[in-house]
Amino acid sequence: MNGKLKLATVWLDGCSGCHMSFLDIDERLLDVAALADLVYSPLVDAKEFPEMVDIALIEGAVSSEDDYHKIRHVRAHTRILVSLGDCAVTANVPAMRNRFKVEEVLDRAYFENATLNQQIPVEVIPPLRKQSIPVHQVVAVDVFVPGCPPSADIIFYAVTELLAGRTPDLRTRTHFGA
Amino acid sequence: MKRPFKTRVRTLKIDGIDVGAREDETILELAQENGIFIPTLCHLEGVHDIGACRLCLVEIKGTSKLLPACMTYAEEGMEVITDSERLTAYRRQVLDLLFSERNHVCAVCVSNGHCELQWLAEKLGISHVGVPYLYPQLPVDASHSFYTLDHNRCVLCARCVRVCDEIEGAHTWDVTGRGVECRVISDLNQPWGTADSCTRCGKCVQVCPTGALFSKGKAVAEMTKRREFLPYLQQMREGRR
Amino acid sequence: MYERLEEITLAEQESTARFSHTVNVCMAAGCMSSRSDAIKDALTKEVEANGLERWCRVRGVGCMGLCAHGPLVSVDTDQSAETLYQYVTPDDAPAIVGALEGPPVERLHCPTNVPFFQRQKKIVLENSGRIDPERVEEYIAADGYTALIKAITEMSPAEVIDEIIASGLRGRGGGGYPTGLKWTTVAKSEGDTKYVICNADEGDPGAFMDRSVLESDPHRILEGMAIAGYAIGAGQGYIYVRGEYPLAVARLKTAIRQARRVNMLGSGIAGTQFAFHVDIRLGAGAFVCGEETALIASIEGKRGQPRPRPPYPAEYGLWGQPTLINNVETLANVAPIIRNGGDWYASLGTAKSKGTKVFALAGSINNTGLIEVPMGTPLREIIYEIGGGVSGGGQCKAIQTGGPSGGCIPAEFLDTPVDYESLAALGSIMGSGGMIVMDESASMVDVARYFMEFCMTESCGRCVPCRVGTVHMHNLLDKFSHHEAAPRDLVLLEKLCDMVRNTSLCGLGQTAPNPVLSTLRYFRHEYIAAITEEAADLYAITPAPPTSRNGATQHAPAQEVAS
Repeated sequence: MNGKLKLATVWLDGCSGCHMSFLDIDERLLDVAALADLVYSPLVDAKEFPEMVDIALIEGAVSSEDDYHKIRHVRAHTRILVSLGDCAVTANVPAMRNRFKVEEVLDRAYFENATLNQQIPVEVIPPLRKQSIPVHQVVAVDVFVPGCPPSADIIFYAVTELLAGRTPDLRTRTHFGA
Repeated sequence: MKRPFKTRVRTLKIDGIDVGAREDETILELAQENGIFIPTLCHLEGVHDIGACRLCLVEIKGTSKLLPACMTYAEEGMEVITDSERLTAYRRQVLDLLFSERNHVCAVCVSNGHCELQWLAEKLGISHVGVPYLYPQLPVDASHSFYTLDHNRCVLCARCVRVCDEIEGAHTWDVTGRGVECRVISDLNQPWGTADSCTRCGKCVQVCPTGALFSKGKAVAEMTKRREFLPYLQQMREGRR
Repeated sequence: MYERLEEITLAEQESTARFSHTVNVCMAAGCMSSRSDAIKDALTKEVEANGLERWCRVRGVGCMGLCAHGPLVSVDTDQSAETLYQYVTPDDAPAIVGALEGPPVERLHCPTNVPFFQRQKKIVLENSGRIDPERVEEYIAADGYTALIKAITEMSPAEVIDEIIASGLRGRGGGGYPTGLKWTTVAKSEGDTKYVICNADEGDPGAFMDRSVLESDPHRILEGMAIAGYAIGAGQGYIYVRGEYPLAVARLKTAIRQARRVNMLGSGIAGTQFAFHVDIRLGAGAFVCGEETALIASIEGKRGQPRPRPPYPAEYGLWGQPTLINNVETLANVAPIIRNGGDWYASLGTAKSKGTKVFALAGSINNTGLIEVPMGTPLREIIYEIGGGVSGGGQCKAIQTGGPSGGCIPAEFLDTPVDYESLAALGSIMGSGGMIVMDESASMVDVARYFMEFCMTESCGRCVPCRVGTVHMHNLLDKFSHHEAAPRDLVLLEKLCDMVRNTSLCGLGQTAPNPVLSTLRYFRHEYIAAITEEAADLYAITPAPPTSRNGATQHAPAQEVAS
C-alpha cells in the first residue's frame, strides 16, 4: 500500500464519451495519479473489481443483466459512488428504447438493420433488461455529475474535490445535456 | 385575469424588502421589477396567467396556503417570502415530476442549451431526478411545412395555446385529454399540417420553453427562440383600443 | 300571495280524496334500474283489471332510502299505517293488489319499525318517496314553495340571509363553509348581474345523495335557488348536472317547466317584482368540474379546468360576475329553514355542525342506501343500528368518508360523532356524504390505491403536482399492493403526498393524498408488511465500514433515498 486512495471507473450502457472526457483532463491526469491509484477501469488491465475502492465513477445506464449485477457488486465494494454523465444520471439516450419492447429493439438491431447473418445473439452478449434506468434507481448514489459528457474541467474538479475529502458542489456548474 | 380596478398604490414587503406596487400588479411582476428571482415556467409576459406550473409558489404571511406569484395581486401590508427551504424543495420536486413525465433527453434535443426547463434545473440545482421516469410512448408531428411538434418534450405549460388564442387570434392549439394523458392538439385533434386555422406565424414555436415546438431543419442544440416581440405586440394592441 | 298555492293544494287534495289506497312505486335510479317502471305498469294494469281504479291509485315516487332492498313499493291507506314491500317484481302485482284490504303479503313485507326508518330525521329527504317528483301539485300540497313566497313577500333579502346565518347551515358539498357567510359575501359584492349556481356534479365514487334529491324532489332545489337568488340579488340560476344523471336532468326539466307554469319561476314570481330564471347545464363526465372554478369554466363553454383562487367566485365568478355556488343538498335545506326558521334548524345537530346530513351507505353494510341523520350522530349508530351492521357477519375494519378527498376512519373511532370538526380531527372529511364500510378482508393499501387511481384519471392535467404526482403515487401504491415495495418507496410516497397536497392548484390535487395519508396514519403496518425483503435488499447495498484512514470517510454514507 502506497497510502493513495483507490479510484475505479466503470463502464455500463454508455458511449464511452464520459471516459473520453475523463482522459481529456490531459496533463492533469498526473495530478490525479499523485493522489489516487486507478485500480479498476476499462482503461486499465484489472479484470476483478477490488475488495474495496474509495471512489468509483460510473458511466452509463443500467440496461443489461450484466450492468445490473455489476453495479450492485460495485456498490457493495465502493465507498463513494459517482454517477458520471447523463446516461448514469438520467439513463439519457439508452433509455430512448424504453418506449419499445425488448424484442422490438432486438429485431430492429439484428434483423431489420442487419444485412448479413441475421440472428439475435444469445452468447457473450448479456440479455437486455426491460428498461434502461439511471444508476440511482438501482443502487444508492453519492454524487451526481450530469453532462453529456461532463467537460474535462468538471470531471477534474469533481474528482479532485472527492480525493481531497470534500463533496463537490456541481449543481450550478453543469446540467443535463451539458 | 387583470382586475379592472382604478390603480392605487400598495406597499408591501418581499423577502423583507419594502416595495411599492400598483394594485393591479402581481407579486411576480413586482419581484421581477425589483430584481428578485422567482422561477416560472408557464408564465409568459403578454398573455394571461394560468398558475399551472406551480414553480412560482410563494409564502405569504398569515396564509397557510402557498400562492402562485403570477396570479396573486399585491395587497397592502402583505409580507411575501419568495425563497425558503420548503419552497425550494417543492420547486425541485415540480421539476423532478416534469422531467419524469415525458422523454426529456437533453443531450439529443434541438433546444439543448436554450431550454427553460434545463435552465431551471441548473438554476435550482437539480443534479438528478428523484422519481422513476415514466417513459411514455409519444408521437412527433412533423406534418407542418415549417415546424415540428415533439410531444416528448412538451411540459403542457399551454403557452402555445394562449399565444395562439390571445395574440395571433387563431386558437389553433388547445389541450385534450385528462391528467397525464393530456396532449396539446391543433384544431380538431388533427395533424398540424392539416390545421386550417394555423397562420404559420410561428409565435407558438418562439414561446415554447422547451424543444417541443421547433423550426424544421434545426439539429441538436440549434433551436434558439426569441420572444421579445410579445409584450410589444400586446402593448401595441392595448394602445390601439 | 299564497292563494295560488292554496288553490293548487285544495285541487290536489280534492282530486286525491276519493282514493282510499295509494300504491307508491319507487322511481328513483336505484329501483328504476331494477325495472320498477315495469312494476308500476303491472300494478296499474292489475288495479284496472280488478276495477279498483276508482279508489286505488298507483303512482311513481322518489327514493325511499333502503336501496339495498329495492325495488320498493309502499301502500298507503287512510285506515292503517303504511306498508312497505321489498324486492318486488312485476309478477308480484296480483299479490300486492290482492292484499290491499287485507294483511300485507308476508313474503314481500319489509318491516318499518326498525332503526333504519325510526332513527332517521328527514329534512332534505322529507318529500323523498312521499311525492311524485314529476308533479308540482304534489310538491305544493306538501308545503312546497311557501318558503319562497314567504321570503319574497314578507322578508327583505337581508332578513333571508340572517335566517340562513341563524340556521348555522354549512356547505354540504364537502367544504363545510358557512352558507350564510357565502351568501353575505355575494350579496355585498359589487355588480349589476349576479348568478346562482347549483352544483349537481356529484362525482364521488359510491355517492348518490344529490342524485336522489334531484330525482325525488327537484322542486325543492328550484325553490332553494330562487330564495338564494332573491337574497343575493340574482335573476339567473344555473343547475350544473353531470350528464350521467339523465333521469335527474329529465325531472329537473319537467320541474322547471311546471314551476314556470305555476309562476314560481320566471318573471314576476307570485305577482311580485322578483324574477328568477333557471337553466340546466350538463357536465360531460369530468370529476374536476365539481370544483367551483372548473364548473364555472365549463358553464362558460371552456375546457373544465380550475383556476387559482382568490379571487373567489363570490367576487369574480360566472362571466366575471359575483356568483353564488351551492351544492344540491345545501340548497335543499334552504326552503325548510325559511319555512320553519333558522333557530329551528340550529336546534338540530352539534355546536358547530347544525341540522342533518344525508349519507349514502355503501360497501360491506346490510342496509345499503340513503339515510338522513342529525349531525353528531355517532358512526356506530349509523353503521350498526341504521345500517344494520356489517354484511356477511364480518367485523367493521374502517369507514371511508368523503370519497377521494376523504380518509379511512378505523373501527376504534366508531363512537365519534359525525360532524365536520370530528371527522377532520381524524384525518378524514365530511365530504359530500359518501360512507363506505369496509370489513376485515379489505386491504387499506388497495383502498388508497383505488382512490389514487380515481384522482389520477380525473386530474384535469393543468398543474404539474396533480397531473404527474398522482401518477407516481399510484405507481408506488401499486408496488405496495403487489408486495414489491422497498423502504425508500414509503419515504418517496410520503414526500409526494406532502408535495401534491401543498402545491396543487385546486381541491382535487390538494386532497388527493388524503386517502393515503389517513391509511398511513392508522394502518401503517399494512404498508410496512408490503415491503419485501427482496425489494428492500435491492437498494440497501452499502459498502463495508471504512477500514482505511483517509479523508473519504468524512462523506455522509450512501443515502437511503436518492434525491
